Amino acid sequence: MTVALWAVVPYIALTIFVVGHVWRWRVDQFGWTSRTSQVLESRLLRLGSPLFHLGAFAAIGGHVLGLLVPKTWTEAAGVDEHLYHLVSVSAGTVAGLMVVAGLALLLARRLTNPRIRRATTRADKVLFTVLAAVILLGMTATVGQNLLGGGYDYRATIAVWFRGVLTFHPDPGLMADVPLIFQAHALSAWLLAAIWPFTRLVHVWSAPIAYLWRPYVVYRRRTARPAPARPFEREGASRR
Amino acid sequence: MRVMAQVAMVMNLDKCIGCHTCSVTCKQTWTNREGVEYVWFNNVETKPGVGYPKRYEDQERWRGGWQLDARGRLKLRAGGRVKRLLNLFANPDLPDLDDYYEPATYDYDTLINAPAGPHTPVIRPKSAITGQDMAITWGANWEDDLGGAPEHAPADPNLAAMAEKVKLEFDKTFMFHLPRICEHCLNPACVAACPSGAMYKREEDGIVLVDQNRCRGWRMCVSSCPYKKVYVNHKTGKAEKCTFCFPRIEAGQPTVCAETCVGRLRYIGLILYDADAVLDAARAADPRDLLEAQRGVFLDPDDPAVVDAARASGISDDWIAAAQRSPIYRLAMRYRVALPLHPEYRTLPMVWYIPPLSPVLDAVTGVGADADDPDNVFHAITDLRIPLEYLASLFSAGDTEVVAGVLMKLSAMRAYMRARTVDGTVATDLLEPAGMAASDMEEMYRLLAIAKYDERYVVPAAHREDAAALAAQADGCSLDGDGGPGMSGFHPSGVTGRRGDGRLGLKLFIGKGTAS
Ligand code: SF4
Ligand code: SF4
Repeated sequence: MTVALWAVVPYIALTIFVVGHVWRWRVDQFGWTSRTSQVLESRLLRLGSPLFHLGAFAAIGGHVLGLLVPKTWTEAAGVDEHLYHLVSVSAGTVAGLMVVAGLALLLARRLTNPRIRRATTRADKVLFTVLAAVILLGMTATVGQNLLGGGYDYRATIAVWFRGVLTFHPDPGLMADVPLIFQAHALSAWLLAAIWPFTRLVHVWSAPIAYLWRPYVVYRRRTARPAPARPFEREGASRR
Repeated sequence: MRVMAQVAMVMNLDKCIGCHTCSVTCKQTWTNREGVEYVWFNNVETKPGVGYPKRYEDQERWRGGWQLDARGRLKLRAGGRVKRLLNLFANPDLPDLDDYYEPATYDYDTLINAPAGPHTPVIRPKSAITGQDMAITWGANWEDDLGGAPEHAPADPNLAAMAEKVKLEFDKTFMFHLPRICEHCLNPACVAACPSGAMYKREEDGIVLVDQNRCRGWRMCVSSCPYKKVYVNHKTGKAEKCTFCFPRIEAGQPTVCAETCVGRLRYIGLILYDADAVLDAARAADPRDLLEAQRGVFLDPDDPAVVDAARASGISDDWIAAAQRSPIYRLAMRYRVALPLHPEYRTLPMVWYIPPLSPVLDAVTGVGADADDPDNVFHAITDLRIPLEYLASLFSAGDTEVVAGVLMKLSAMRAYMRARTVDGTVATDLLEPAGMAASDMEEMYRLLAIAKYDERYVVPAAHREDAAALAAQADGCSLDGDGGPGMSGFHPSGVTGRRGDGRLGLKLFIGKGTAS
């Protein structure tokens, strides 16, 4: 059972995640979008969406710090357990509250606004359910255990196991005695990874960072035909 | 000098009767689909009026187009790149559906299915978005022919800028129709604002398009276009816009809106321009210099140096010949009667307008004078500040002299041709104030009044060798699919298919009739 949950499930999820993305990228460029609904409703979105996204960035940053950076590194950098705990719990709580508040607003507009409700697809419903589960379980873990409860040093168990999964040396035993709430959070996150490529979440990978240095006006040739003395160097080249 | 060719349009506003044929045929061709019910690539609005979407010309609110920063550099009005990336999560400048209008349909089935009874069954409007009952309170041309204007038109941003207030009482006002499509600008703000690089300007003919496969739904183009001519398809979540009917243009045909225009007031032709000069022109310090700056970018297709440079830039001889016959070049550059719409947005728009003389003529008739006497009209043009100021705020960044000059030419042409045909005399006295030679005057008259199809539309076909390459390369078109504007029944083979909104799904789960 331990092996099934903590060594098999992660790889199934990761396989679906990777293969799913490759498949979707290749066959469905037309469906690859954030599917914005701001035109249909913008009042709640203008508050909810930035809260959710910025909170999510902070939370993801926190997870990278907590899961991928080994404890020994932070200690070598002079951050002791107490300081780490203080920072991670306070920042994590703030980020979590932002995410929860943002998600609540976004869900409220999906449920109460008839325009948005009608534009909600089956994939959206699955996505919102799983996302809400991941977030609420994560918040319960952070607030319940680490802020109000005695605290749990996930960096000694979960983080080591997670790095093991990513480096193909999984040690499922590490997860056996982890508190239930953390286990549930981790499992729901694998589920999220597995449905990811089939939802609008794919827009995350299209974050348009290249825009920062691209020339403003993009020119493209209609065809790939080689022409005498073409004005531009190559197809798709963009110039000011 | 880097010569590029651009297909451009001119509309002669005096002839527009506001019949909306252009809008309807355009909609039937491109936007009669779910997700774009509210979208009109071509719309006709009555001026003065708030327009579609409401008050789109108010750039303080919508922040479309470009502006100069303190150091005279060109900046998108919506802010720098970093700022706009931060606004990806919620775009503060995006109009929402109510700024356009909520599209409606009717429950027509009631007429057939209602049980027999004493009363005739009636149909009720249903929202095309929610399916619920709705009251229709706005539309794309709600103020048609100034209907409701006393109530709504004062919100027209062009009026707000005027010193004297326009009287909107029925008999003291003026009006005209303004058909609008995408301007296919030389310096398109929509393309510059697109974070994904999905929007592009075609090198060959300057048509501005959205690559449906690369659009990720960031909707920055919608707010950055000062003319609000990019729209969100709320089903597919992608941006769509006027295509200048590029499949027709490639085949040497005019756009659908031009082809079907009842007033025959649209002209299509090529402009050769210097791509290297575009940015400098858009940077002119005084907005009133933008018109001349843009004219300065256009190249004279009869100049041998330009012809050589065009050939060197890869423009073929038949295209150069077409540029030499271009009605657009004649109207904008030779006769100088066509003007750009809102040059102050600095996008260098390429759909130009011949401003209407009718507001002035109406005013002359309104005071009981003879609108056929050129002297009356000349005086009215300079004395009647109101229509002139209004037209200037639309077509010349507020410079009334430019608009007055055009109107003078148009009324001189009327008087000149009247003398020619009615009295059989040549009114040389009318030529000098208009600054035109007799031959130009008569050619302009011919082009504006009686030009036939192939004089109004000089569209060189795309090259056949290109078309063959295009066909060989294409194994499907992003415009196809049930959710796309092509709708020609493209379905990916295998186990997947497109749903009605263009999303991909397993065929098992797709309802009947959407995918085969
Ligand atoms: S008018 Fe057309 S080309 Fe110009 S900014 Fe708007 S959408 Fe772009
Ligand atoms: S079809 Fe022609 S005359 Fe009719 S509204 Fe359109 S532009 Fe005007």
